[in-house]
Formats: sequence, C-alpha cells, structure tokens
Amino acid sequence: MATGRATNPKNLVKGATGDWEIIVGMEIHAQVSSQAKLFSGASTAFGGAPNSHVSLVDAAMPGMLPVINEECVRQAIRTGLGLNAKINLKSIFDRKNYFYPDLPQGYQISQYKNPIVGEGEIVVDVSPTEQITVGVERLHLEQDAGKSLHDQHPTMSLVDLNRSGVALMEIVSRPDLRSAEEARAYVTKLRTILRYLGTCDGDMEKGNLRADVNVSVRRPGEPLGTRCEIKNVNSIRFIGQAVDVEARRQIAILEDGGAIDQETRLYDPAKGETRSMRNKEEAHDYRYFPDPDLLPLEFDDAYVETLRRDLPELPDAKKQRFIAQYGVTPYDGAVLVGERASADFFEEVASGRDGKTAANWVINEFFGRLNKEGKDIDTSPISAAQIGAIIDLLGKQVISGKIAKDLFEIVWTEGGDPAAIVEKRGMTQVTDTGAIEKVIDAVLAANPDKVAEAKAKPTMIGWFVGQVMKSSGGKANPQAVNQLLKAKLGIE
Amino acid sequence: MSVDAATVKRVAHLARIAVSDEDVPKLQSELNAILAFVEQLSEVNVDGVEPMTSVLPMAMKKRQDVVTDGEIVEKIIANAPASQDNYFLVPKVIE
Repeated sequence: MATGRATNPKNLVKGATGDWEIIVGMEIHAQVSSQAKLFSGASTAFGGAPNSHVSLVDAAMPGMLPVINEECVRQAIRTGLGLNAKINLKSIFDRKNYFYPDLPQGYQISQYKNPIVGEGEIVVDVSPTEQITVGVERLHLEQDAGKSLHDQHPTMSLVDLNRSGVALMEIVSRPDLRSAEEARAYVTKLRTILRYLGTCDGDMEKGNLRADVNVSVRRPGEPLGTRCEIKNVNSIRFIGQAVDVEARRQIAILEDGGAIDQETRLYDPAKGETRSMRNKEEAHDYRYFPDPDLLPLEFDDAYVETLRRDLPELPDAKKQRFIAQYGVTPYDGAVLVGERASADFFEEVASGRDGKTAANWVINEFFGRLNKEGKDIDTSPISAAQIGAIIDLLGKQVISGKIAKDLFEIVWTEGGDPAAIVEKRGMTQVTDTGAIEKVIDAVLAANPDKVAEAKAKPTMIGWFVGQVMKSSGGKANPQAVNQLLKAKLGIE
Repeated sequence: MSVDAATVKRVAHLARIAVSDEDVPKLQSELNAILAFVEQLSEVNVDGVEPMTSVLPMAMKKRQDVVTDGEIVEKIIANAPASQDNYFLVPKVIE
C-alpha cells in the first residue's frame, strides 16, 4: 500500500495523549460528459420533467438489453490518460446487487475486478508551493441510480429515474492524503483535470461530482487504523470539514480507550457532525458477478494512442510552460491554470506582451473584479483584447498606472476601445516637463512650511508626489514628477 | 460446497424473497442438490483457460452518443402500482 509518504509534522493533530495522523482516501463519482446514458439512448440532460429522460432499459423493463455508449468509453480512457494511469485494453462489467427503490434493475452495472483504468497518480497542489503525489488505485465505469424524494408525501417516497443509467466514473484514490487541506486540494485538482479534459463538468451543486471520504487516524508510524466512510459529500468545503470533524470524533473515542467501528456515516454541515447511517446488516454483500448481458469491453493500443495524442495540455504542463514562456511566478502560474478558461484568457492577454505584467493585470485587476461581482470569464464585460490594450497604453507610457486602473474601470462599466477612450477623455499622461513643472511650482508655493520640512526630511517627497499627482488628475508621469521635485527641493 | 439453514435465510433475505422457517429445510436440500450437480464442473482442470464470454468470437457492440430514446413517461410508469405527477410512489424508504 502506498502509505509510504513520510509523516509531515505540520499535518499531525494534537490529542490529549499525544499526536495523531489523519489518513484520508477518496472515492470520487464523476458524471461522464455525454449526451446519452451509459447503456441506453436516453438523454443525460439535468433537470428534465420526472421520468422523461428514461428509456425502457433504464427502467429495467423485462427483456431490455444494455448497449454501451462508445463516447463514455472514450471519456473514461481519456480521463485515465489524464491521470497518468494504466489503461486496460480489456475490462469487464459486473453486476453489483442490492435493493433500493431508485435502482429498478436490482443491481448496478459496474466494474469490479477488471476496471477500464488501473493505477495512476495525481500531482496535488496543497498550496502553490507545496505539491504532493497522490496515488490513484483505479477508475471504473458504472451506472448512476435514480433519485428518491422523501419530503413530498407524508407516507411515500417519490422516485425519478432520469439519472438512472447515466454514466459515472468512480475514481478511487490511495489512502495518501493526510489532512483536510490535502483532501480539499485533491478534489480541487482532480476536478480541474476533469474539466480540462472535458470528461466531467465537475458541477458539484448538480451532483455531477460527489465524494465518498474514507477517514481513519493512527499514531505516526503505526499501521492504518479502522476507517469510516463518509458518504456523498457534495462540496469541497464540506469535504474539508467532514475530515476534521470525523478525525476528531475518532481521536476522542480512541483516547477514551474505545475502538472505531467500520461503518458508513453522513456529514451534517448544519450540525457540524458525522453520524452513523445505521448500517443495515449485510448491506455490503453485493454478490458481484460478470454481467451476462455484456461482452468484455475491448479496444486496442492504437485507439488509446489516438486519444493520447489528442489530449489537451493539462494544468501541470501548462503551469510549467507559463513559468518558462511568460516568466510568471509559480504562484501566479498555479492561479492562472486553475481553470482552462482563465489560462486561455491569460494567454490572450500575454501574447506579444510582458508576461509578468499580463499576469498581474489578469490576476489582480481582472480576477479580483470578477470575484467581487460574482461573474466569470463567460459573463465578463471586458475582453482579453481590451485588457491587452490597456497594458499597451501603460507600456508606451501613454497613461500612468493610476489612470490605467481608472481606464480599466471605465472599460469594465461602459465598454469601448481603451485607446479611443484615453484620446477622447484626455487621459493621456503628461510627460511634458514644462507642464509638470507648473503644477509642481503651484504645489510648492501653496505649502512653504512643508517645503522647509522636506529639506530636513527627504522622505517627505512622497507627500509632494502625491499632491502633484492629485492636482494633475493622475495624469502626470510619476517618474518625471519625482525627478523634478527632487531638483526643486534640493534633495538627492 | 453446501449451504446451511442460516445461509439459505441470508440468501433469501438478500434477494428479498420471503421464506418461512418451515420452507428452509426443503430449500436447503434443493440448493445443495443443485450445488452438488454444478460441483462436477470442478473436476475439469481449467488452469490457464480464460472464461468464455461468448460462443462466437465477437466484439461488444457499441452505440454512438446520440439521444434516441426517452420522453415516454406514460410507458415508463404505466405499470407502477402507484404514481404521482409522473413519479413512482414507493413506501417511504428514508431512515
């Protein structure tokens, strides 16, 4: 088992009787991006009328047979390649048997002993400067179940099979994560990779990405403890909370001399606690066996290589390229590649310009503004070309840094061509020393006491620069102002 | 291989088949007769033989990713013992 990660003291949790180490492994269910379901021609669209996206196959009517959707296979292979994983040219579909009203077949078609994707790994960015490698045990294809609604009727549950039969990829990690922070970072990175690949939209609100989180604790260096599985945690923030809450619960039990029961639990974000799902006896006896309705899933190396060739550039490679090609810092690189759309936007701004300046504008001004207004790149009122034009005006010293920010504001709210706006509104930076001198003289004349002070205390010059910039409406070239002021005040 | 009475009850429960205690001995002996019959297969040495999944060597048929089915809610719920607003109605299953 890949429990070989050296213990990082920063991850240890202090208990009453000493330090504990948290061990986390994760099973992520990611809905495959496809038009039709895994084994039927019904739509996967979210939010249809009850039981409208359901075929007779999905409803498990007698005599119906599953026929696999080749796109789901393609997406699973591409995901496997994106996780640097072994692709199995032959895999088997099995039946996982259990009874639940939203599972009309009485079994889920899944993959048990022979999954389509074997071992791989993900480089997880715990912070922009701390990377850990997390092992992936496997990825397999399986059907989603339907949906039960329990609060619409006093004595009955309502069942909608629209989701029944939609393709899921279950991605199982090794127990390589050591903290809530690492667990969150793992899901974030996996989600980013899936979105780059376009194999899952990663929409956790719609349930298109769900996590089962396995948590156990141990004394550093000791064998793994008994784990509990926290089912269906549906946001990255809750994943972190669930790990912390569950680890604390287990540590308290163990320190009181108790033992952990291996069980399935639910995280309740409102109460900030996990609670047992009251394990039904034999709930885990799934009696897997190969599905006799489906032949083994087979494809050849040539097909896999075609898919490998067509993979997009993934976040880790993109980040390295941004650092090398545009000279951005590793930190900025990590921020820029977090979403493919962000990275593309940055590249458009940076193309033919100074990369660091572009990164600063995109991250600080643009992303900052998007966040503030709750917008994303698709709904942004300002384009990469417009930001690029502002940077160009700044670079050619047509406008000052202060005016550039004002200009950004104008373009954001009113739109338009930045160069034309500068022209029309007279925002051009004043580099004409004569004009600047006039302003300086006026400021000096108005503040004789400060002039005297400044001769004794040269740092006062900052105050004068501010005043001059203010009276020039921000248009004076700050370097010119600084130089002229120094000369006039006799400061060196 | 043979099964005991507890296994018979467990298998019945997993399959959601109601089996009364007096039926267990009969089912147990029937199951054991079947298992004994099938057990003859273990006399054959199958070392290194792949499980046969099809009589003819053939590849699994695949579908294109096109929506060709669904939008037949009246057929889907036609046989439901109870329904409401096109949902199936089942006894409440939440714990």
